[in-house]
Amino acid sequence: MQSHRLDSGGAIDREKPVRFSFDGNSYTGYAGDTLASALLANGVALVGRSFKYHRPRGVLTAGSEEPNALVELRTGARREPNTRATMVELYDGLTAQSQNRFPSLVFDLASANQLFGRFFTAGFYYKTFMWPAPFWESVYEKLIRRSAGLGRVSAKPDPDHYEHGHAHCDVLVVGGGPAGLTAALSAAGTGARVVLVEEMPFFGGSLHVEGDVIDSVPAVQWVRQTIDTLSAMPDVTLMRRTTLAGYYDHNVLVALERVNDHVARPPAHEPRQRLWTIRAAEVVLAPGAQERPMVFDDNDKPGVMLSSAVRRYVDRYAVAPGRRIAICTNNDDAYRTAMLLRKRGLRVPVIADVRLDPGAVAEQARAEGIRVETGMLPMKAYGRHRVAALSFQRQDGLFADKVECDCVAVSGGYSPDVHLSSQTGVSPVWRDDIQGFVPAPPIRRERSAGASTGRFDLAGCLQEGHEAGLDAAKRAGFESSDPGAAPVTTQEASTPIQPMWHAPGTGKAFVDFQNDVTAQDIHQARQEGYKSVEHVKRYTTLGMATDQGKTSNVNGLALLAMARGQKIEVVGTTRFRPPYSPVAIGAFAGHERGKTYQPVRRSAMHACHQRLGATFVEAGQWLRPQYYARPGEDIMAAIWRETDQVRKTAGVCDVSTLGKIDIYGADAGEFLNRVYINGWKLLPVGKARYGLMLREDGHVFDDGTTSRLAEDHYFMTTTTANAARVLAHLEHASQVLWPELVVHFCSATEQWCGIAVAGPSARKVLDDAFGGAVDLANDALPFMGVREFGWRNARARIFRISFSGELAYEINVPWRYGEAMWDTIYNAGVPHGLIPYGTEALGVLRIEKGHVAGNELDGRTTAADMGLGRMMSDKKHYIGLPMSQREGMVDPDRPTLAGFKMLGAEGRLRGGAHLVEDPEKASTETSLGWISSVGDSPAVGTWIGLGYLKGGLSRKGERLYAVHPLKNETVEVEVCHPVFVDPEGERLRG
Amino acid sequence: MHRIDCPWCGVRDEAEFQYQGDATVKRPAPDAPAEAFFRYVYIRENPRGWHTEWWHHIGGCRQWIKVVRNTLTHEIASCGSPQDDLEIPGEDGG
Repeated sequence: MQSHRLDSGGAIDREKPVRFSFDGNSYTGYAGDTLASALLANGVALVGRSFKYHRPRGVLTAGSEEPNALVELRTGARREPNTRATMVELYDGLTAQSQNRFPSLVFDLASANQLFGRFFTAGFYYKTFMWPAPFWESVYEKLIRRSAGLGRVSAKPDPDHYEHGHAHCDVLVVGGGPAGLTAALSAAGTGARVVLVEEMPFFGGSLHVEGDVIDSVPAVQWVRQTIDTLSAMPDVTLMRRTTLAGYYDHNVLVALERVNDHVARPPAHEPRQRLWTIRAAEVVLAPGAQERPMVFDDNDKPGVMLSSAVRRYVDRYAVAPGRRIAICTNNDDAYRTAMLLRKRGLRVPVIADVRLDPGAVAEQARAEGIRVETGMLPMKAYGRHRVAALSFQRQDGLFADKVECDCVAVSGGYSPDVHLSSQTGVSPVWRDDIQGFVPAPPIRRERSAGASTGRFDLAGCLQEGHEAGLDAAKRAGFESSDPGAAPVTTQEASTPIQPMWHAPGTGKAFVDFQNDVTAQDIHQARQEGYKSVEHVKRYTTLGMATDQGKTSNVNGLALLAMARGQKIEVVGTTRFRPPYSPVAIGAFAGHERGKTYQPVRRSAMHACHQRLGATFVEAGQWLRPQYYARPGEDIMAAIWRETDQVRKTAGVCDVSTLGKIDIYGADAGEFLNRVYINGWKLLPVGKARYGLMLREDGHVFDDGTTSRLAEDHYFMTTTTANAARVLAHLEHASQVLWPELVVHFCSATEQWCGIAVAGPSARKVLDDAFGGAVDLANDALPFMGVREFGWRNARARIFRISFSGELAYEINVPWRYGEAMWDTIYNAGVPHGLIPYGTEALGVLRIEKGHVAGNELDGRTTAADMGLGRMMSDKKHYIGLPMSQREGMVDPDRPTLAGFKMLGAEGRLRGGAHLVEDPEKASTETSLGWISSVGDSPAVGTWIGLGYLKGGLSRKGERLYAVHPLKNETVEVEVCHPVFVDPEGERLRG
Repeated sequence: MHRIDCPWCGVRDEAEFQYQGDATVKRPAPDAPAEAFFRYVYIRENPRGWHTEWWHHIGGCRQWIKVVRNTLTHEIASCGSPQDDLEIPGEDGG
């Protein structure tokens, strides 16, 4: 039993009843309903409580501008707050709940807020909760969050998925009303690729199901024919349920397609929503216009509704929002509502028109027997949970009356929808004749058409749409020899609008329904000195709700203008920003969540590490083995064992993540000379060299080894973290600084995998592994030697370089041979005592050897700081040289690299600790430097570290304290030479 | 979202590029005084309007592209290779 459903008419499917529930009550609607129309059909007027005062609220609009009827849709993990009931298509089993009420919608405790309403006015939060300050977090914020706020999020992972789409077109048409459809038709007729987006599930915009006639047929039939025509064209894409959310630079636009919001749950493998990025050569904006409420006392009672919405509910949904519908207006449009209501047998007790002489429309209405009162201001709406009466009064005060009614249709005029055109960066322009803002002359490749330009007559919309479509196509390079003519319809005469911004009263007259901002709030803000529209917006929260002030903007600006005694165009608008209406974060995220948030980079030997029981650590996107714990071992024990074993027998480590760059060209050597601080011209083929590069500002950028594989072929390695930056740096130097040098680069990081074998038994391990395929004898492959050799069907490279300070080799093979090579080496090594070691042991080994790494290359240090000043060639120019000589860069007081050994048996060293002489007076002023890297060293027998210290090695042997205020730790350390192991380098040359 | 007309790849989304700053500064000759290098490294104009910038096409051809872009309106007047001398539009051009 749908108490307010009309017996006939509408665009609903009466053959398909749909069951749904709201606040636990079951109702029935029809396919084609929205949640709002179905609730109204069941006589439900009260649908929510307002944000601040918890006032009862009903449905105000029939579209995406709805400020009141926000509901929580669905249950469980799919629960979505703040959905607009006017945009929710009804489906069988739909469940919705009202928001912001406690304990129930009809009996709401917090509605007592409105009794204290005079305290809740503009700037309330700023003023009231200032004192005492500690109360803010502990008391006030919790109170506010409980009593204000809108819906509740589910707080569970969203079970649905969202995807991203990309579209390209010559002409994008925004809006599928009369102007948009004719624009699409005329543009598509030229052969241009056209995309048309429409936010509703149906096309036709404001066209009526009954009444309007286009090209001599009913408008609905014309819409159907037009859609059929467009659908048959191969280069036209029609997108319903798609809201244009943002208009960005260079005609890139973003639209949200609600693919499966209109069904209970998305079918398998279909997304709920799709976020489109549309790149359009030209754009036609035809989003239409939005009707404004009128501002008078208690104008927010449930049952007070926009006139156009009343008409839409009656015409499209065959729903009577009331049985006795009073009408207040300041323009002609509401008379169409009155005539329709009469036609459908609904009573119109009065049309109260602000204008003294409304002209022909008033005569027609009177001829129908409707009471028309002119020169009338609406004064106050009465009723508790639903409007019961309306009072109105002549502007001169000489006449006043009150009529009983259960619905009030209000029309304060139409505001062209200028959101999207304004997002391009232009401010809309005020037009007195329509009392509204229209789009400014475009600065992007766009134009507006239809009601969004202030053309409110159907004939004008059709004409403008037709012309805009042709113009857009032409500028995109498409023209038709026979462009045709705009569809025709009957012309209507009209009487101009008369502004009515605020009927004087003593109660609450709402401007912004969603944020509960009243006319008094705006007046008060002005009295307190807020003048700029942007300030008033933030002080009163006018237009800051999720509806972006679509129904409140112009009324609010007008009231501010009145308070300032200025014209609206002087006050101006606040800035329009995307999105046009809310977009779920899930849609922005798309598939980039969880495991697919970003790629995981695994080395070729990943499976080997898993088999060996590795624990992995993230290094950027890479997963690297951190350590290989044996049963019963904790992380510290595993690191100690791995480190110790490498120095005693041998270890194998995956170093594939190092950045690798192939460098080719006749001038490659000269090029390296200019990017590294040391010399490269004399490096022979078959040799590797350690290199250090600076940024142009003189600080150390990166380090690594580069090998010469052929006369014109070098192979560079970089640190894992800087691989991409170094390549960009080389490309800059080559393309921008020295284009005359013949040199080319190619990233080879993922083409070659790397395996380090280190330890006194390394040679024996590899001899067994390769079976003599390459001569590893010291004179055949000396320290820093490089050889290529055939291994199975692959070309392999072996580099005699050492990070650990032990006899060590690095073997590179093509990526796909990585697993086989690792297994070969590992199996050959086990009899020699070889173990796999991870990044932690790798770190301890290099700290023991005094090798700098990422922690020492922190972007603030110089080569000299690291003790590598001798590498800086004085025979050549290179990047960073001039700035490295500046006063501050060569200051002898700069902290320089030193080693540190923990004294005492308790505690540990930590990176980031500051070095001080007196731990009681530790401060930034007394700090002598800091510890950058630490490790628990088997070779030294305790914790050691590298760090930077004022005076550096001149303090060798001194005792200092390493203090770590965050951990509240202090340990005594001895300053040491940074090379703790084999300072003569005998092992790595052995 | 900017659309950048890479001279080698055609029009591509900004997401393929990495902004690399002011392209009007020129690296001094190696024997230039320290002051010249100081200016090269640290001193930048921050123009309101037309500006020549580096955009590195890291997600494409990996070339450094010179782009004349309006910092106020985000219009792009022209794109070229590092060796191109791109014209700055006149005041009324923006």
